[in-house]
Amino acid sequence: MSDMSATHTEGHSHPGWQLYVTIAIILFALTAMEVGAYEIAERGMTGTFGTFVSQMVVEILLVLSAAKFALVAMFYMHLKQDHKLFSGLFVFPLLLAIFVVLVLFGLFFYNRGQNGIWNMPPWS
Amino acid sequence: MAHDAVLHPPTSTGLDNRKLAIWTFIGSECLFFATLISTYVVYKGQSLNGPYPHEDWTNPATGKVMERVFSIPLVTFGTAVLLFSSFFVVLALNGLQRGKQKQFIGWLSATVVCGLFFIGMQVYEFTHFVTEKGLGFTTNLFGSSFFTLTGFHGTHVSIGVLWLATLLYLGLRGKMGPEKALNLEIAALYWHFVDVVWIVIFPVVYLMK
Repeated sequence: MSDMSATHTEGHSHPGWQLYVTIAIILFALTAMEVGAYEIAERGMTGTFGTFVSQMVVEILLVLSAAKFALVAMFYMHLKQDHKLFSGLFVFPLLLAIFVVLVLFGLFFYNRGQNGIWNMPPWS
Repeated sequence: MAHDAVLHPPTSTGLDNRKLAIWTFIGSECLFFATLISTYVVYKGQSLNGPYPHEDWTNPATGKVMERVFSIPLVTFGTAVLLFSSFFVVLALNGLQRGKQKQFIGWLSATVVCGLFFIGMQVYEFTHFVTEKGLGFTTNLFGSSFFTLTGFHGTHVSIGVLWLATLLYLGLRGKMGPEKALNLEIAALYWHFVDVVWIVIFPVVYLMK
């Protein structure tokens, strides 16, 4: 069985270390951008760029985080090269998870009162 | 037919069942962490008393000022170390698949060290929060949801470190050759998943106010 597995592992080609290094550099750059966006918003930087980043910091962080997530999943977890069934096993529950998160947000934030505190349990 | 038998394991899908199992497990873990993260976000800003993650808080009963809880530089460093570990484990797998034993041992050792560092960072952070910042598990909603989310992630990291350290031990005893590369690939998939969960937790918990 292990021999078969090894042969299978070699059956599809995983990328070389050059690609892994490139992905690592991009991941670190994206992390630096995340922290940079946080710092700009935290320090209340003025100017067109500072105001834009401060106002859009949540959206910027979500996009950068999603990009990092996709890079690790596609290249380090080899979903780009591996059989599509593995992608399906990962992406379907992931979409389901995102749906559950959005439904929960909708349920709880809809029931918040004027002061941001819940004025009643969402199920009442 | 003989060619197919060599290329694929003898399963109905033609894929290795262990790899299918780890991907199914990772899929279920997506839902697990999604519920924890959404619980944290839903409870965000709902604590009736401090300490708070991003703002100082004055205790009305004692007049004592409690500083904001998070230290972004420390967690950023921990995040970088975890990203490094993901990079190191793919290099270890690359080495094992090509039969380069030294490369495999070296990069896998670096991965385990990074994992241990991350656990150490989290232990320090939790201890600091409890002893210095006055934030316990039952202090407020923020404390409960924060420790539950990051504690479960830390547990996953600890399991990953144990798994990878076991493979490293087998490698050092000469029991990990290219024919066992799938064993490392499966452990690496789990490790990468732990990394992508932190990729979501870091901005959502630490950077978003």
